[in-house]
Formats: sequence, C-alpha cells, structure tokens
Amino acid sequence: MVRLTINGSPVQVDEGSTVLEAARLYGIPIPTLCHADGLTPYGACRLCVVEVGTAPKSRLVSSCTTRATEGLVVRTNSARVERARRLLLELYVATSPQSKRIQDLASAMGVRECRYEAQHEDCIQCGLCVRICNEQMMAGAIGFSGRGTTRQVSRPFDQTSEVCRQCGACLYVCPVCELRCQAGTAESALCNGCLNFSPPCFNSYDDAMCFLDPCHACELAGPFRADARTKIRATATAR
Amino acid sequence: MVERVHHITDLEELERVAIHGRASLYPERIKILVGMATCGRAAGAEEVLEKVRKVVAEKKLPYIVAETGCIGWCSQEPLLDIWVPGRPRVTYGRVKPKQVPEILAALPEAKPKLALAIMTGDDNPLTGKHADYCNGHGSKVDGLPSYAELPLFRRQLRIVMRNCGILDPASLEEYAARGGYRSLWKALWSLKPEDVVREVTESGLRGRGGAGFPTGRKWQAVRDAKGSPKYVICNADEGDPGAYMDRGVLEGDPHSVIEGMIIGGYALGAHEGVIYVREEYPLAVSRVTEAIHQAERADLLGDDILGSGFRFHIEVAQGAGAFVCGEETALIASIEGRVGEPRPRPPYPAEKGLWGKPTCINNVETWATVPVIVSRGGAWFSGIGTERSKGTKVFSLVGSVANTALIEVPMGTTLRDVVEEIGGGVPGGRACKAVQTGGPSGGCIPAEQLDLPVDYESLNAAGSIMGSGGMIVMDDHTCMVDIAKYFMDFLQDESCGKCFSCRVGTQRMKEIVTRISEGKGTEQDLDLLEDVAWMVSETSLCGLGGSAPNPVLSTLRYFRDEYLAHIRDHKCPAKVCKELITYTIDPVTCNGCGACVSLCSGQAVVGEKNKLYTIEQARCTKCGACLESCKFDAVLVN
Repeated sequence: MVRLTINGSPVQVDEGSTVLEAARLYGIPIPTLCHADGLTPYGACRLCVVEVGTAPKSRLVSSCTTRATEGLVVRTNSARVERARRLLLELYVATSPQSKRIQDLASAMGVRECRYEAQHEDCIQCGLCVRICNEQMMAGAIGFSGRGTTRQVSRPFDQTSEVCRQCGACLYVCPVCELRCQAGTAESALCNGCLNFSPPCFNSYDDAMCFLDPCHACELAGPFRADARTKIRATATAR
Repeated sequence: MVERVHHITDLEELERVAIHGRASLYPERIKILVGMATCGRAAGAEEVLEKVRKVVAEKKLPYIVAETGCIGWCSQEPLLDIWVPGRPRVTYGRVKPKQVPEILAALPEAKPKLALAIMTGDDNPLTGKHADYCNGHGSKVDGLPSYAELPLFRRQLRIVMRNCGILDPASLEEYAARGGYRSLWKALWSLKPEDVVREVTESGLRGRGGAGFPTGRKWQAVRDAKGSPKYVICNADEGDPGAYMDRGVLEGDPHSVIEGMIIGGYALGAHEGVIYVREEYPLAVSRVTEAIHQAERADLLGDDILGSGFRFHIEVAQGAGAFVCGEETALIASIEGRVGEPRPRPPYPAEKGLWGKPTCINNVETWATVPVIVSRGGAWFSGIGTERSKGTKVFSLVGSVANTALIEVPMGTTLRDVVEEIGGGVPGGRACKAVQTGGPSGGCIPAEQLDLPVDYESLNAAGSIMGSGGMIVMDDHTCMVDIAKYFMDFLQDESCGKCFSCRVGTQRMKEIVTRISEGKGTEQDLDLLEDVAWMVSETSLCGLGGSAPNPVLSTLRYFRDEYLAHIRDHKCPAKVCKELITYTIDPVTCNGCGACVSLCSGQAVVGEKNKLYTIEQARCTKCGACLESCKFDAVLVN
C-alpha cells in the first residue's frame, strides 16, 4: 500500500495506482477528457492536472500519468488547478464548441465566457479512438500523423486500413461527437444557453427522457426549473 | 594524405601518434589552413580551398594545404590561416578566391599581406600554457593584433572549443597532439569509475543543453540505477533558430565529444553510446562518423580500449528535424523508431531510458567538457564561473552585432561585455534594443539589463533562460511584437502536438499576436495573452510547452509599450509590421533617378524618369526594396 495526502486527507492506495485512480477511489472528482478505464493513460487533455508537492516547489502534473508515491502531497482543487482547468476549458470550448461533454464541463467549472474565436475543429486529439483501436480492438487501424499544426488522427496513407473491421469503437469513445448540441450557433463559442433557456432537446422531444448521463443543463435548469416544466406541459397539451 | 593506422594500446603508442600529429599540426613546411565548417562553406570557403589547391599545384609550391573547423569569427569567414615554421600563425579574413595568389605570393619571405590579414597569434587561449598543446611561437607580427589583444578573443576562455579552428577535424593524430585521448587513458588506467563521477560532481558542471541539471548528479543516478545494459547518448539535436554551438564543436573537434562519451561510458558502466544528430547537419554527421571510424581503427573505440579491457561502441542516429526531439524522452523515442513525442517523467531516463534501460543523455558541449575536467580536475573547473554556474559556456552571437561569432566565455560574464566588447556592439551606429537568449524557449532581455551576468539563475530571473546558447542581438529596427510572432509561429509548428494546451495554446497565442501586429488587437487581448501563456506553461507536459510562452511573456514584460502602440495608435514604432506602415516618396528629396522602379515587385512605383516618382499604395507589397535601393533617403516609412 502507498500512503499519500489528497486535499489534506491521508489516503491509502495499492502500489502502482495513479493519482487519478487514488482520487477517484476516495470519491474526489477530477475531470478528464482523454482518460478511459482500460486504456493506457495518455496525458494529452491536461484537464486532470493536480498540484503536487508543497509551495513554493509545487507544480501541476497530469494526475492520470502520475504514479501515487509514498508521502506525495496532492491538491486537486487549489486555486491554481481551478484556474488552469478553467483556462483549458475555455480553449476547449473554442476548439470544439459542439461537444456536449466539453460544454458541460465548462459550465460546471464556471466558465462563463469564451474570449477566442470559435474554430469548430471538433477533434481535440485526445487519442481515445487511437488507443481503443490499438489496445482493445487489437486493430491499430488509425493513428496520429504530423506534428504541431498539422497533427491529426488519420489512417495509414489516408486509406482505410485492411485491419479496420469498422467496429465503431472509435466513435463510441469519442468525447466530442457523442451528442452534438443542436441549439444552433451560439453568439459566443461557449453557449451556456442551457443556463438561460430550456435545454435544446425540449424543442425536439415531447417527453425529454434523456438516455445519456444527465446533461448539466438539465441538472441546473432542466426538469427542475419552472418554465421548463411548463414548456413540456404546454407542448403536451398542444398535442 | 594516406592515413596511418595505429592500434593504440598503450600510452607510448598514443605518444607516437601525438608526435605524428604535431608534425602535421606544426610541420616543417609552410601550411595553409582553410576554415571549412558550415559557416565557412556558406561564405565560400570551398572555392577558396579549391583556389589554394590549384595555385599550389600549378606553381608546384611545397606547401601543405589543410582544412580546419570554425575558430569562431563567423563574420570574417572564409578564414585562411598561414603557418610558417617558427612564426606565429597569420589569419586572413573574408578571403576571396581571387586574393589567394596575392596572399600566397608573399609567402616564401614569410611577410604577411598586412592589408588582408586580420589577426595573428599563438594556439590558443585555454591551453596556451600547456606545452603539449602549444606551438610555442607566439611572437608578434608588427601591425597585426594578436588573438590575445583582440576584443573578440580577449575575454574568451576556450574549453569546449579548445581545438576548433586549430586542428584538422578529420585527423585523430592532430587531436592526440593537442592532448587528446590523454584524459581517456588517465580515466581508464588511473581512475576508478566512481572517481570519474566524483570529479565531474566536484567540477560543478551543469548540463549545457539548456536546463542546467547538474551533470554529476545525473551521472550518479545512472551509475546507481539498476538495469543493464546502460547507455550514454549525446544530444546533438540543436534546433534553436540562430544557435549553432553544437554544430561548431562537432564539425571542428568531433574527437573531443567521442572521448568525453567513452569516459562517460566508463564512469557509468555503459558499453553503448549513441550520438543523435539532426539530419540538417550533414557535415557534422560526416565529420563525427569519420571520427568514430578512426577511433575504431585505432582501438580507441571497440572491445579493448587502450588495452584496459573496457568495451565501448558509438553509433550515430540521425534525427529527421523535429525541434521537440531535443527533449530527452522524445529523443529516446526517436532513436527507438517511435514518434518523437515526450513522455511523462518520472521515470527519468536515468532509470528507464533507451530501450527501457538506464540512460545518460548529455549535450555535445557537456561531453566535450568532460575530457578537460578529467585531465585538469574538477576543482580547477569549479574555479571558473560563478557561485552556482561553473565553467564556461559557448554562445552563438548573432543578429545585429559587428562580430557574428561563436564564442566561449566564463559564466558570469555580463551581457554588456558579450555584446559590446566581444561582439563589437551594434553596427551602423544603431542602439541595442534587446538580446534574445535561449532560443524559442528563452526570452528577450532589454538593453537596460545588459549588465546582467550570464549564468543560469540570473537569466531565469530576468524571464529568459540560458538555453543551449543562442544569443540574438536586436537593434532599434526590431519590432518586439514581430519577434514574438516569429517565435510563436516557430513553436506552433514545432510543438509535437500531444498536449492540447501546447498545441492549441501556441496556435492561439500566435493568432492573438498576429492580430495585434496587424493593428486589430484590443487591450483585452493582452490579458488573454497572459492567461493563455500562463496556462500553456503550467499545464504542458514537457519543457517545450513549459517554456513556449517565454517569447511572448518576456516581450510583454519589457516592451508592453510597444504592444500598446500597436493596439492604441495602430503604429509599429520600429516600422516593421507591414499592416501598420506605408511607404511614400518624399517629393522634395526624390530626384527621379528611378533606382527603385525596377526593384519594385508590385510595380507600385509610378512616374517618369528624372521627374518625381510616387508609390501607389494599393499595389505596394511593403517589401521595402525601394527603401533599400534609394541612395537619397527619399523613401519614407510611416
């Protein structure tokens, strides 16, 4: 067993665990985009940064790739960590404004504006698809090519690989295309529309029975908000 | 010259080789040396050498013609040295092929053509007092400054560059003549591996690749690490714009790096070494490969080095030109044939490096320093430099400076001494505005802080870094926003792209800086720029991301006014940013000579010869060709 301190509390985890696993074991939330249980930690999204060590020598590291070691002092919610996550999410929203996961995370972290021009790049290169294809599907049909501005997820020589079975695992793990936000183009890249209006799904469905994890918009403003409920009732009556 | 093959198995044999080397270094005949490093070749040294060979052959002159590396005075290339037995060597600068016959004609009387010669002297600053290394004919030539008097060389102390520009890099014998492989013999035969590590620790040597990690501590960690085999790697993936120290050493004195690596291998218990050189350095690659072959043939590399039974081999690996592969974990990945992307540390390469085995990675300069530390002792080395930065550092002094040069100075020398004394100041009577150190990861230090001593801590405190040793002097014609834009453009291309923060962060920083340089920025952009910069440096994995915002942050810190001028007044004070300047022709001064007309790529200069010309703004591409061509200062920039 390894003993370490997370947010001031002493915790114990198995040797070989990562800081992220340790925190989650004790119910301490750390947001992630490129992490999935069963896949090798990648450390690309940087959202899981935590502050390790004691000031003034403390630094931010990605918790998914940092091993829990004896006596390690970890803070998952210091002002420095939160500022870093907010700034990261602001950039994520600008890069991939249509991702519900990203919008939700941004709302939850209290990001209220996006100062960048939206770029609709969509792919955030978290590498989940590449890893699931390689490690779980044993195919290795996709990978990264290029560097810097030209880096992208691609197929060998841009042709569908013979080893691709079209299993769709890559689509399944993708954090940006699981559900496109249908609310139309927001004024800023960060829509936050859900905080002000009814969630967009209410316009399309009579009974908003979301089969996904509750949307942050729903949690905050959705079924429990008066006008949302009225709206649902009104639509139902109109029928 | 037919190479003599010696199997060097003991000190006596090494001495014999050194005697041969001395005979070719300081022969009984007149010797003509041409600086044939990349900087020399770029300036036309190959033509000069060819001409020298031709003249010597045609006139059947009994002269020896040889190549050497870069002595460091790059702005005077091509350099030609003449050594007449019993006299100091005379150096000629900016030699043109057509001047060669004239220079050679004066030779038998040994009277240098003073009009063309630039300096004279003894070999050489560091080891001059050491009988073995010195030609011992330091007498002065009238009318010529000696090395020791020239401001360029006066303040230098050459440890790493001890042989550069003096010996033929393709000659093991000449290296041996200047004390080469003596340290290896000393280490193998009279020092235990742990003694070597102790000497290096005591020397206080810190990694010369940029981060300045204590070399002794790194070596100790590799020595203590469990796992076998162990590897040593020489990092010669030099990618900073304007930096060419490693190239200079590899091209001018490859054996010093090889000797350092063998000593390192002995100290650390490693039997394999890899020199990772970027492909863009073809001459360095061929020089170092040739040197390895020579060392192998002489049994200085192989299964029984100097008869001690110690086994060590070196291979050369070529990088495909990714800046990020200078980062140690990315470099290892690249050698292993994987994509050059950094990985999280720990485990450090000292525990798990190349092929998962303990690995010691040091920079070219660090390896080249090791033989000197072994021969002269750690205590001697730690006597040079400052409290926490020991020894000397090589810098490539470039940009707006009179003497573009490769220099080596003791740590703690002030920037002012480097720029104004060694570099000869900014040419053309212009003012120095800033000095950029540390390449893309470094920052711009303003002229007011020129009294800053050059050492790891002082540069860090000023918002820059030591880096690998690039030093770019900027004058008042440099726009700091433009500089920030240039470096962000470089970094967004060279980021490996794995970390979201670094990949997208550098792109967005470039986007914002570009917007400001076009006069479209707002004051909020500066806050945003500081926010992104903070985020990128805090959350990125490796050193590239961690230091990527430095060019922006340091220019914002010292030149905020300039950013504000772009934003508020839509003016570029240095008149560089194309979107914010206009070229016009002063109707009073223009005499209608028409020199600018043919040079204008956009055909924007209109008018009649001998009358007044004007510039049509719509067609002007703002290339500045008219400004440069006008002899009457009639082209105005606003």
